[in-house]
Amino acid sequence: MSGLKIDDISMRFDLPNGSHVQALQNVSLDLKSGELMSVLGPSGCGKTTLLNIVAGFLKQTSGEIILNDKKVTGPGAERGMVFQQGALFEWMSVRKNVSFGPDMKGMPKAKSNEIVEHLLDVVGLQDFKDKAVYELSGGMQQRVALARCLANDPDVILMDEPLGALDALTREKMQGLVLKLWKETGKTIILITHSVEEALLLGERLLVMAPRPGRIHKEYRLPFAEMGVGGDLREVKKHPDYNSTREEILAMIWDMEEEIMGRTDGAAA
Amino acid sequence: MIILAMYIAIFAAAAIVWAIVGAPFVRKDPFTALKTVTFGDESAIRSNRFASVVSVISIFLIWASFTGSTLIPNALHVPGPFQGETSFEYEATAPDGTTDAGTVRALVHPVGAAVETPSLEGLEESGFAKNFTSTIPAYRSATIVAGKLLDDRKTQKITSIDGTPIAPGGAVDIATGQVRMNAKGSLTFEPLQGMQMAEQYLPPPEKVGKRFVSLIFDGYQNVTLFEHLGLSLFRVFVGFFLGCLVGIPLGYAMGLNGWFRGWFDPIVEFMRPVPPLALIPLIIIWLGIWETGKISLLFLAALWIMAISARSGVSGVRISKVHAAYSLGASKWQILKNVIVPNSLPDIFTGARVAMGVCWGTVVAAELVAAQKGAGKMIIEASKFSLTDIVIVGILLIGVVGFGIDILMRKLENYLIPWKGKG
Repeated sequence: MSGLKIDDISMRFDLPNGSHVQALQNVSLDLKSGELMSVLGPSGCGKTTLLNIVAGFLKQTSGEIILNDKKVTGPGAERGMVFQQGALFEWMSVRKNVSFGPDMKGMPKAKSNEIVEHLLDVVGLQDFKDKAVYELSGGMQQRVALARCLANDPDVILMDEPLGALDALTREKMQGLVLKLWKETGKTIILITHSVEEALLLGERLLVMAPRPGRIHKEYRLPFAEMGVGGDLREVKKHPDYNSTREEILAMIWDMEEEIMGRTDGAAA
Repeated sequence: MIILAMYIAIFAAAAIVWAIVGAPFVRKDPFTALKTVTFGDESAIRSNRFASVVSVISIFLIWASFTGSTLIPNALHVPGPFQGETSFEYEATAPDGTTDAGTVRALVHPVGAAVETPSLEGLEESGFAKNFTSTIPAYRSATIVAGKLLDDRKTQKITSIDGTPIAPGGAVDIATGQVRMNAKGSLTFEPLQGMQMAEQYLPPPEKVGKRFVSLIFDGYQNVTLFEHLGLSLFRVFVGFFLGCLVGIPLGYAMGLNGWFRGWFDPIVEFMRPVPPLALIPLIIIWLGIWETGKISLLFLAALWIMAISARSGVSGVRISKVHAAYSLGASKWQILKNVIVPNSLPDIFTGARVAMGVCWGTVVAAELVAAQKGAGKMIIEASKFSLTDIVIVGILLIGVVGFGIDILMRKLENYLIPWKGKG
């Protein structure tokens, strides 16, 4: 079966004082090839832990990750990752950053150059290819990160709050870019975000997770990503369903946050 | 004390002058000039060039002024030692109550000048008190034993100098100096010392300059200045290079592997705070005073610094960069080469600058203790012969070279790792 299967994943961190934290409990999920899923949840719900397990940076306590019929046991080039910020290699030019994956694989220069040129065109950084990455703005740097990830042609792209550090305007532009790349490349994408709006716009499927223990709370299938491709994201936001879903999810997360706060208050008393 | 007061006075005077007439010369940085808050805003403080220039000039002026340098007009000299011919009269009393007077003439001359003793012409030689003449080099004093002045020093006593009474242990100030009498009744004449420093303490700038030139061409003890400095630099570079060669891989290993870190942590953490100078005696006992000893010392001085900076460079790598590299398909070796090493270079360079500074300080100190040649050897050898000018040339050059090394390292850093601090 082609696609990503997250099968009954649990993650338990044992603390030195003998207690433990159940970061994830029995999380199961199937992603078909080419699906775009956003993951939302209050802090501490284990969404980053889940992403790190899929990426292979963490080893789950139980359960399996299966990508294209192969078990995931560690990090690999077929699962690309885009981080919030600061994951670019500042000692390399934009071009070198983008060609990092192909270079590591030992791809011939001519071929990797072709890929890099194409991707720089796609993300609109053709004029900046010989600049150092620290000379670019935050939004441009994230475009480099996207291009770098795509250059490796991964099956799945894992995004850990990739737009979290950007200002509102840049962020909106970048959301459009992510949608465009998703549609053009047909990649499976999992995107973690803190922003409900972003999750609505960038999720064919939207996963709301709940904390303590980290688990899937509710899943939505949404039309907005499809609507947003090539269109105006602000138009999508005017859609009545968009607003009602947003309110619903906001209320849900708000409740969870309240519950946590209430619990901590109770513990203090 | 006087020098400090003068220095503060020059500082204040220059500041006042600048405050009054300096305003038109301020080069305005368009943005900073618009800031109203400058006290407390460090970024609004611009180093005053005028102050720097005056600062350096005033140090030279004080130096020149207190050494009677010929580079500046005499009017700027602080009073020097008395030089020239002087005399004083003394009166002596015999046991029978008779008194007689005598004259002492002295020519105070520059050190090392060949002069003739002043004549006693025109002076009457009458009673038991005799006239006396002598030459005294500047900054020195002369003792005139009583027997040379009196016919019978056992019974006759000198009682006054230029009319002022004097007793054994006492002193009388005259216009050109001081006359002291010791317990046995002998006189010591010390001409006025003035405020200038004798050459063996601080030579004037032009002497130091001349010495600098002669050190370049003729050298000292048949070794030229460049040989001395070059040898010191050579030791520093070899020691530093070996320190890097071992220290950087060691630091990487400690940053990347728990066993290495556990094994070497106690050693590195213990050796780091030990000043390299404290190792000199042991190094001499083990390896002797030859090159091996000094280079080993510098190797040890650089080793721990480089190991610690390489280790912190490795620990400083942001985990998301490593994760990114792994998910881009890089192998461990590729991550070491393409991520960890370039990421640690800024830390390593900072360590290298510190290590270079420490090595330079250590090599000079080591040469002071034991060496055949080298900058430190040159100044310690010269100091034994009171060749203060060589000592000062040496100190200045050691400073200049140390400063030069640091500038060079900084330039190299800017050139090689432009991404420093921009991750």
